[in-house]
Amino acid sequence: MSSGTLWAVVLAGSLGCYLLKLAGLSVPAAWVERPWVMRMVTFVPAALLAALVAVQAVASGQDLVVDGRLAGLAAAAVALALRAPFVVVLVVAGATGALVHVIGG
Amino acid sequence: MSGPARAAVLRDAVGLGVAVGLYGVAFGAAADAAGLDPWQALALSLLMFTGASQFALVGVLGAGGGAVAAVGSALLLGTRNTVYGVRLLPLLSPRGLLRRLGTAHWVIDETTALAVAAPDRALARLAFLAGGASIFAVWNATTVVGALGAAALGATAQAALDAVVPAAFLALLWPRLRAGAEEPAVARRVALGGAVVALALTPFVPPGVQVVAAVVAVALAGRPRCEQREAAA
Repeated sequence: MSSGTLWAVVLAGSLGCYLLKLAGLSVPAAWVERPWVMRMVTFVPAALLAALVAVQAVASGQDLVVDGRLAGLAAAAVALALRAPFVVVLVVAGATGALVHVIGG
Repeated sequence: MSGPARAAVLRDAVGLGVAVGLYGVAFGAAADAAGLDPWQALALSLLMFTGASQFALVGVLGAGGGAVAAVGSALLLGTRNTVYGVRLLPLLSPRGLLRRLGTAHWVIDETTALAVAAPDRALARLAFLAGGASIFAVWNATTVVGALGAAALGATAQAALDAVVPAAFLALLWPRLRAGAEEPAVARRVALGGAVVALALTPFVPPGVQVVAAVVAVALAGRPRCEQREAAA
C-alpha cells in the first residue's frame, strides 16, 4: 500500500471514529440505548479482537502458517491465565517468538 | 467538592494515563510492523485517539488487508464510544458547539470509566478532563517511542515483534472473556465464533476482509433473539 493510501486510511478512519464519538454527545439517548445496539456494542469487540488474534497469529496473506507467532500466542495465553501484567505478557510472547525464530532459523 | 476527593480523582487520572503508556508503545510497534511510518502512527494516536480502533486498523493492514476493511474494523470498534458519549452527556453537559466538539475527542473507555466512577458531577468533569489530558499526552508520546523503537529492530527482534502483536490483541480481548465481565459465557462463544470464521475465510477472501466478515457472521448468528443466544453463538 502506498504512503498516500495509508494516509487516506489514517485520516478517513480518524474522521469516522471522531464522528462516532461526537454522535454520542449529539443524538437523543433513545436512539442509542436500544437493546440490540447495546448487545452489538458489548459483543462486537469480542468477535473482532478474536478474529484479529487468529489472523495475526497464523495468517500470512491468504495462507495459514504455523510459526513463532502461534508459540508466542500460546505463551501469552498462559501468562494471561496467571494474571501477569500487560508488559509481562508482551515480553513472554516476544521472547517465545524470537526463540522459535532462532531455533527454527 | 472536598480536597481529598479531588486528589483521589486526580491520582486515578494520572495513574490511568501512565498505565496506558505500555499500550502506546505496543501500538507504535504494531503500527511499524504493519508498514506505517512513525508520522502515520502518531497521526492515529493524535486524531483517532481510541486505542482498540487504532489496534484494529493497523492489525488489518498488517494482515495485508485493504483500506476499506481497515477503516471498517476501526469504525466497528469505535461504536463503543457513541454509547459512552450518551452516558457522559448528562454528567459533562458541555456548553456550546466548540466545547462539545472538544469533549467528543476524549470520549474513550478510560475517560468514561473515570467520569462515571466520580462521586459527583463536578468531580466527573475533573476526572474526564484530567484523565483525558494525562492519557492523551502519554499515549501520543509512547506511540512515538514504540514506532521509532520497532523501526530500529533487526531480524530476530522483528520475529519477536511479530509474536507480540497477536499477544497484544489477546491481552485486549482477555478481560472481556474472564469471569466478572459482562456475560462472559456469551463473549467466549462470540470470540470463538469470530476466530473460527476468520480462519476459515482466510484462504478464500482478500486479506483483512475475513476480519470484518467474521464480525458480521457472528452478529447475524446472534441476531434471532437475545434470550436464545445459547444455540446461536
